[in-house]
Amino acid sequence: MCLSIPSQVVELHNEEQAVTVETMGVKRKVSSHLMGEPLAIGDYVLIHIGFVMNKIDKADAEQSLALYQEIVDKIGHQEHS
Amino acid sequence: MIELKQLYQGFRDPETIHKLAQAIQTLAQDHPETIHIMEVCGGHTHTIMKYGLNQLLPANIEFVHGPGCPVCVMPKERIDHAAILASMPDTILVTLGDMIRVPGSKGSLAQFRAKGCDIRPIYDPLDTLTIAKDNPDKTVIFFAIGFETSTPMTAVLIEQAEQQKINNLLFHINHVLVPPAIDAVMADPQAKVNAFIGPAHVSVISGAKIYRSAVEQYGTPVVVSGFEPVDVMESILRIVKQKVAGVAELDIQYSRAVSEEGNLAAQKKINQYMMVRPHFRWRGLGPLQLSALMLKPQYAHRDAEVQFKDLLQVDDIDDHKACQCGDILRGIAKPKDCKVFGRGCTPETPLGSCMVSSEGACNAYYRYNGV
Amino acid sequence: MSHAFDNKPEKAVQLSHGGGGKEMNKLIKEIFFKAFNNPILASEEDAAVLHLEGTTAFTTDSFTVAPLFFAGGNIGKLAVAGTVNDLAMMGAEPQYLSCSFIIEEGFPMTQLKQIVETMADELHKSSTRVVCGDTKVVPKGCADGLFINTSGVGRILCPNISVKNLQVGDAILVSGDIGRHGAAILMAREGLNLESELVSDCANLWPVVEQLIACNIDIHAMRDATRGGLAAVLNEWASASNIGITVEESKIPVSDEVKGLCELYGFEPHDLANEGTFIMALPLDVAQGALEIIKRYGNCEQAAIIGQVDDTHTGKVVLKTPWGSSRYLDLPHGELLPRIC
Repeated sequence: MCLSIPSQVVELHNEEQAVTVETMGVKRKVSSHLMGEPLAIGDYVLIHIGFVMNKIDKADAEQSLALYQEIVDKIGHQEHS
Repeated sequence: MIELKQLYQGFRDPETIHKLAQAIQTLAQDHPETIHIMEVCGGHTHTIMKYGLNQLLPANIEFVHGPGCPVCVMPKERIDHAAILASMPDTILVTLGDMIRVPGSKGSLAQFRAKGCDIRPIYDPLDTLTIAKDNPDKTVIFFAIGFETSTPMTAVLIEQAEQQKINNLLFHINHVLVPPAIDAVMADPQAKVNAFIGPAHVSVISGAKIYRSAVEQYGTPVVVSGFEPVDVMESILRIVKQKVAGVAELDIQYSRAVSEEGNLAAQKKINQYMMVRPHFRWRGLGPLQLSALMLKPQYAHRDAEVQFKDLLQVDDIDDHKACQCGDILRGIAKPKDCKVFGRGCTPETPLGSCMVSSEGACNAYYRYNGV
Repeated sequence: MSHAFDNKPEKAVQLSHGGGGKEMNKLIKEIFFKAFNNPILASEEDAAVLHLEGTTAFTTDSFTVAPLFFAGGNIGKLAVAGTVNDLAMMGAEPQYLSCSFIIEEGFPMTQLKQIVETMADELHKSSTRVVCGDTKVVPKGCADGLFINTSGVGRILCPNISVKNLQVGDAILVSGDIGRHGAAILMAREGLNLESELVSDCANLWPVVEQLIACNIDIHAMRDATRGGLAAVLNEWASASNIGITVEESKIPVSDEVKGLCELYGFEPHDLANEGTFIMALPLDVAQGALEIIKRYGNCEQAAIIGQVDDTHTGKVVLKTPWGSSRYLDLPHGELLPRIC
């Protein structure tokens, strides 16, 4: 039930409130009825049972990944010292 | 700019998982109490079991697998409703995939389909519109299931049916809510849970704010977590940090997707068509007040429970006496403590709620655990 | 909503084509004999007369895939590859096939031709011949377009390949990236609105198996991972040979598209069907050599050694993650997809 994979918006179908999204080489048309703000090509979104649920905050995701890198480096360093 | 691939690979990185496990070990080792973390959502149960995250944690951190599996918590009498509706002449019953495997008192929807009922499992609720349009002389009933995550999609379907005047499309609403389930778990004096991993996608829709009262009322940390293994490990680390510091806060680990307020447009659609139901019987947890949704009275013309009221007079049906799902959901028992686990109760012939879906605790234990 | 009346009539199979008379003869001669052309079939006796030597493998399979055409093949290709592969997996050279068609009234003749021609192409890849067959036409609604049954016999060149023959210490090898057939069928299904470059792995495996046998590779067990996928094969082996199998999850080859589809729908690549990908158990010291042979064949570039046979967890398959945890790989259960083969 809770499946949802990050996908990228690759095509807009504004007149039917839908967008085409792509993830790992699979494209799918999904509904954008639940979006309060307009979507743009290139946006990263979460998809659930055929609907865009929301946009993913790219900067936030980057921050998380940078933090993980820090953790990996720090603990790796402790191990070796 | 961050690549799409990084959004899943980065959050599944083996090295990061490994290092987070080490960080948790280091921090938790001197903590005197056992931390009983309930992951409320079945999606998290799945991640924990699939990636074997429980094997990476110190002995004083235990998972309690929560009630957040919509298929699991559906009581048998509601499945019987679906079967009764599907058995009516000239009727098509539409529901989301997993639901058709779960047995009611007279069999599963898959078994009713084999008997000739027109029951269609779908992936996308909007496909129901097409089915209704293609079959104007039939009654099409959408058997709606799911937590807050899947509720706005049903609302859009109702909205479309209203706008396009598709009058042969009716609804049987079984949407349930997470906060009352948390309350039910904590209401038991024996409950051991002292921290929560908050659902990911429920929170995307409803916002992290829905857990604030749990944090205040029970003094337990709630960390809203993403579904990837790195997300879950980081959330556990954040819980341990709170425990060590002796605080209980609402924290959003899944901040790339979850805000305090959630998706307001989606919430608005839900509130337009649905309202809170006085009570709903949860499989495993029993009757809970204000724990589910129903259609508003002005949409009674689309409410299968209203339109076919006379047909749907079904008594409550309890699970097998030996079934301990209620205790398992409260964290008082583990699947292996249950007498029927793996014997009378298996994924093929489930006796209780926790075994019926791949997101249920017993089902996940049955398939993944014991290595 | 049918416009059958307005349109130019398309040639379609009619009930009379299965009636045993003139129309049926015409159908058989113009489509089946032409494509499967060989003296045994052309002799038109009540039964094919064969001269078999040595130990013979015999197998049968029915094909009901929906949709009939999918990226990377159609039901005809599947019907030949499926039975040929079953023989090949027993170390048998696929020699003769029977072929029965159950056709729904109104089935377009052009599609039938296309399917039969695909079958002929696929037969050539293993020098296999269709030597007998049958055609039935059933009234509209009594079949979903077309069903095909093929049975096959082949001479066993490499004896002792068996599900019971796995030995502790054997390497487990997979011949390509997994799950593509199941994913391609899902993709082709109506209602999913999906698009991708993904094609089914559907292929005749005899050429690569023939080469392995010619190189004297000591094959202990071999099976194409059709319905139930990799998970089903490994579990069947573990239980039949009463051994344990440990697989490293990160070594299992899976294409991005299959991964993407699995993420979207909550499937696992190891549960999805394959139609031209096989799993092999063989002594560890010859596994690398076998891998190099296999990799030379189209469809098999992604071949990999993914695990090994041990005596822990007898009867079970264990998946190891790169971060040191492990879990059982269970048999797939429940309704995964509608008819995939």
